[in-house]
Amino acid sequence: MGVDETTRVRNFHQAKWDEPIIFELSTEGERGVIVPEVEEDIERTVGDGVSELPPGMSRRQAPALPEVAQMRVLKHFLRLSQHCLGADLNVDMGQGTCTMKYSPKINEVLARSPKVAEVHPLQDADTAQGALEIMYKLDTFLQEISGMSKFSFQPGGGSAAILAMASIIRAYHERRGEADKRDEIITTIFSHPSDAAAAAVKGYKVITLYQNEDGLPDVEALKKAVSDRTAGLLITNPEDTGIFNPDIVEFVKIVHEAGGLCGYDQANANGILGITRASEAGFDLCFFNLHKTFSSPHGCGGPATGALGVRDELISYLPIPIVERSGDRYFLNHDLSNTIGKVRAFYGVFPAVLRAYCWIRSLGAEGLKEAACVAVLNNNYALEKIKKIKGASAPYAEGKRRIEQVRYSWETLTKETGVTTEDVAYRMADFGFHLWSSHHPFIVPEPFTIEPTESYSKAEIDEYIAGIEKIAAEAYAEPEKVKNAPYNSVVHKIDNSTLDDPEKWAITWRAYLKKHECK
Amino acid sequence: MGGRVGLKGTDGPEILEKAVALGAEPQSQNRTIECLSRLKTLKDSIELITCPGSMGEEASVRCGFSPKAISTTAGPITTASDTRSAARQMSDLGVDLLLFVGGDGTARDIYNAVGDSMVVLGIPAGVKIHSAVYACNPLRAGELAWLYLQGKAKNVLEAEVMDIDEEDYRRGRIQARLHGYLRIPYERRYLQRAKTGSPASEQYSQEAIAHEVAECMSGEFHYVVGPGSTTRAIMEKLNLTGTLLGIDLVHKKRLVGKDLNEAKLLERLEGKRTKLIITPIGGQGYLFGRGNQQLSPKVIRHIGKDNIIIAGTKQKINSLYGRPLLVDTGDKATDRLLDGYFRIITGYREAIIYRVTY
Repeated sequence: MGVDETTRVRNFHQAKWDEPIIFELSTEGERGVIVPEVEEDIERTVGDGVSELPPGMSRRQAPALPEVAQMRVLKHFLRLSQHCLGADLNVDMGQGTCTMKYSPKINEVLARSPKVAEVHPLQDADTAQGALEIMYKLDTFLQEISGMSKFSFQPGGGSAAILAMASIIRAYHERRGEADKRDEIITTIFSHPSDAAAAAVKGYKVITLYQNEDGLPDVEALKKAVSDRTAGLLITNPEDTGIFNPDIVEFVKIVHEAGGLCGYDQANANGILGITRASEAGFDLCFFNLHKTFSSPHGCGGPATGALGVRDELISYLPIPIVERSGDRYFLNHDLSNTIGKVRAFYGVFPAVLRAYCWIRSLGAEGLKEAACVAVLNNNYALEKIKKIKGASAPYAEGKRRIEQVRYSWETLTKETGVTTEDVAYRMADFGFHLWSSHHPFIVPEPFTIEPTESYSKAEIDEYIAGIEKIAAEAYAEPEKVKNAPYNSVVHKIDNSTLDDPEKWAITWRAYLKKHECK
Repeated sequence: MGGRVGLKGTDGPEILEKAVALGAEPQSQNRTIECLSRLKTLKDSIELITCPGSMGEEASVRCGFSPKAISTTAGPITTASDTRSAARQMSDLGVDLLLFVGGDGTARDIYNAVGDSMVVLGIPAGVKIHSAVYACNPLRAGELAWLYLQGKAKNVLEAEVMDIDEEDYRRGRIQARLHGYLRIPYERRYLQRAKTGSPASEQYSQEAIAHEVAECMSGEFHYVVGPGSTTRAIMEKLNLTGTLLGIDLVHKKRLVGKDLNEAKLLERLEGKRTKLIITPIGGQGYLFGRGNQQLSPKVIRHIGKDNIIIAGTKQKINSLYGRPLLVDTGDKATDRLLDGYFRIITGYREAIIYRVTY
């Protein structure tokens, strides 16, 4: 029922509401909740509550918030939610590098408990011992998983953690009086783009190693890149291709010999849990995205946590505060001699920490390793199937197994039919699937990246690949059909050109009105 | 036309006759059809102007268009001057996009006729394609034209027109010359449902490179500046008017030599500390030996491998899909010397390490 017997693809149709933006729903004076008037007795006792504010802090004009009644607000957001294709609705293995695994719902129940949701970052540590214990213990788990000596949960996501790594690298060289000379950070083209971006934000020149014919950065290329100007290396491994760099120990050694520090981008460590560790490769710093490998949900840009770990010698550089234990008491230590200060307020996103803690506790050491093994198995099963699809290929590392993901190519399909990776991605939406092309630049021609994680069953992986198979066949039979997709999704095609036009793009409603000269 | 019969091109009537005698068939017809079939959906919204008969009309009709043909005096076998005259007429008519089919010789004809006055795009069908004005295949040319004509690919790029001497080529020597630049549409690929916007434009990248190179220049060195639009941006940043196609010399941010050949370069560089600023030329990623032969093995050796500053936009590098940059200096020992990894400046405070080989 519901699924085509021969293609095994669903007869899907997404809701389409044509819902306006909430600002467009605003009617002056409309309210969701009518707040009662202040009673005279109360006003006599505490004042009107507003005139006491310092003049500089009260705004002269009311904020231009949308004025909408409760029921309409509810309908608005429910409709928007039906426009989405979230991780819990689709087989979300098409957003490779993002590690879209199942986030157990029991952990959401725990995260919503008042004991978690109502913890205030400024309350006395003695009244938050349970929360601090969970943070302390997650720190020790991650130490075991990575081989590092101490973790901070302050960074609000992967890029913030990379920025913190770049900040520590800078502070380290400043302390040694070499910060002016060491102004280059090395990364690789298949590492996450934020490894380059965060380094640039810290004022570093960025040197990017391109791949060799095996799809890997070459030791010889690294030797050409290092010098007395090298501040550090920020690198992902396995890279976005899913290929593990077997020379990683030598990479780290070469950078160390040049006087640089090595930071390991382990935002996604899903294929190597319990198998290999940052410390074994000699890294000085690393981080894990708790919303990737450790099952906390991707909050659409936050709130998240990039758990940042360092080896012994760099603990004093961590952002403050860090959670420590004295006897039976847990406390926040603000006193670190070389601290880079703060990359975010307070100690981190506690609900994300809690979910990661629960996930690890529910699996144990053996379970973590098994999760990694199943993720790798699923990935290589998908690889074998996708390689057989006409028009698709898996560049590099011919005949070798990949780790947790593969960057595939539609180069042949595009050459033979004109159908591009974006066209395929749009068409996938017609079957209730999400397919993501890849990070720029498109070094692999017409790329797409698949990462099945350990969460999906064989049946679901088969269903997803059936979607890809069907579209490849369509591309050869009726390319126009694919090029004009989607048909069953919320919107047809989006005009992306405004992304390049500073006169048009707007990230707020106010900017939109201003730039588009609306009233 | 001459490719399959092993003639290495058909520039000139005698070779063309020879090709026909050897049983060569023009590839251009099928290639044109392949490209135009992608434009079918625009049949009712664009006006197609073409040359009569085998120069476009037949292919257009076969793709379902009702083209308007310009007048021409071309006989059954068309020549370079037919191409030039047709291109000029198209330019006079103010067409939005001129599609042409052929190889390097055709690109030169188009360039000589219209220069940078209009947007053009090559459908590859020639034996020699060193020019970067051609799409990678006819289908892709159709795709790009389709996007451009609908305003979906708004950006225009200056691409190299290169040609080699066919006589030399038949004798096994390649001497590619850079003849100029044509303006072609290019599509900036967008990331769908992604976390980031699209990559920087070619012009922005060139300016960023120019800032970086200018900032790193020192008065101790003489700078030999090779041809190309990327190096031209560097000259513009220095407020210097160099030559687009030639080799110039800069010292203390002043232009001290213009359009120098090998002999003059060697003479001027004698006893001076020198650096060379170059950019890959053409669509195949040649660093030396295509369009900059003045930079001979002697000149390269005089300057020294470590004094070569390579600059190139990421777009150009990434369009090689990981294939290495190439050198073909004409001297095997120099080629071997240059084999290895180089640092390439790709932006302001940005560089990559990339493979160069021969």
